[in-house]
Amino acid sequence: MNTFTTRAAEYLPLLINGLWMTIAITLASLALATVLGMTWALLRTSGIKALALPTRIFVEGVRGIPILVVLFYIYFVMPDIGIDLTAFQAGVAGLALTYSCYIGETFRAGIEAIDRGQIEAAKSIGMKHPLMMRRVILPQAVRIVMPPYANNVIMLLKDSSQVSVITVAELTMQGKALASSTFDNMTVFTLVALLYLCLTIPLNMVMRRVEVALGGAK
Amino acid sequence: MINFENVHKAYGHHEVLKGIDASIDRGKVVCLIGPSGSGKSTMLRCVNGLETYQSGRITIDATLVDTDDASIHDIRTRVAMVFQRFNLFPHRTALENVMEGPLYVLRQDRSDVRDRASDLLNRVGLGDKLNAYPGSLSGGQQQRVAIARALAMQPTAILFDEPTSALDPEMVGEVLHVMRGLAEEHMTMLVVTHEIQFAREVADSVLFLDGGRIVEQGPARDLLHQPRHERTRDFLRRVTHPI
Repeated sequence: MNTFTTRAAEYLPLLINGLWMTIAITLASLALATVLGMTWALLRTSGIKALALPTRIFVEGVRGIPILVVLFYIYFVMPDIGIDLTAFQAGVAGLALTYSCYIGETFRAGIEAIDRGQIEAAKSIGMKHPLMMRRVILPQAVRIVMPPYANNVIMLLKDSSQVSVITVAELTMQGKALASSTFDNMTVFTLVALLYLCLTIPLNMVMRRVEVALGGAK
Repeated sequence: MINFENVHKAYGHHEVLKGIDASIDRGKVVCLIGPSGSGKSTMLRCVNGLETYQSGRITIDATLVDTDDASIHDIRTRVAMVFQRFNLFPHRTALENVMEGPLYVLRQDRSDVRDRASDLLNRVGLGDKLNAYPGSLSGGQQQRVAIARALAMQPTAILFDEPTSALDPEMVGEVLHVMRGLAEEHMTMLVVTHEIQFAREVADSVLFLDGGRIVEQGPARDLLHQPRHERTRDFLRRVTHPI
């Protein structure tokens, strides 16, 4: 055990660099994925076929492609058509794109779960679609959607490890590099796992708090 | 004020309205009665475009009710609706429910709207429930908030879709009491109901629907006391003497 602590102390600074990168890439892609996801959900529930159908095809298409393939595509194929992104940018783009589709589907389910009577009541006082969404549907949908959204956030955090394949130096990548140079797999990957838990456990608790505050856990 | 001219509606091959002709004059209370599936709720919901109709015309003060036209939103601000299941906004207080339309749809001044909304809630006997959420109110109270929400739009007419059918029996009276008050003030009301007693006392005229057609219409007293059609007699017998 003594050797574990001394070695851990030696490895931690490097791993913590990776941890910061993991946090940065998670926050950036979460923000983007949430905005895009809301956009997909609003387009799909707009009642306008010309918007809903292409969105549906796009969302279902992206959902059907493994995240690794999406990342490879953005990082290695896009430069061929003139879009040259850094590894970090490509990682954020890939995660955000993939997760916007998951989150969009979650939001759509929440919007569609609102009782038809609410829509009729909103229409009956003369509300048009955008006002109805803003004042009646979305405030109620947010409560319904919070638990699955929280789940998406945790999954996104963990899937940020996937961007290691396109050379983003986040936690998993740093761990792999350290393990291959020290051959101390046991210590390194134990630390990596513990560091992920240091993020996911508090995140779970925060999400739980938000759910309760919104009344979704009633 | 509200006119139906040969209105037809079908869901696929199933015809729900088979040529409805009727007219509702300003300031009158008209009750729609009839067995379930007779088309009375559908007829009511066509007036503010919650349902579409395939042929014929519905007009409100000469404006055609057309759900494909932008004018439908304007019509809905003039013709309010009260639902069987109240449909209050659960995330807003009683007061906010009543203020919602005038404030966000009609864009009226907030403090005026607030004053009027609390007056309306007082009037329906809920002056002490302004800040209560719908979930903490009884069915009868919720329906009275819903009526206040309809009135807040200062409508020229109100549509009631079985307003007492989802209520416990002891709460029916409080809702009918409020509706009776509106009738006395000559609010134009189109009411789908099973409350024959209410129709008898409050309605100016009654339409009896069966199978998507108006079988009989006339002054409430005549139709309910001396129905001319066997089908109407039979229906009234079964509603007033269920056992």
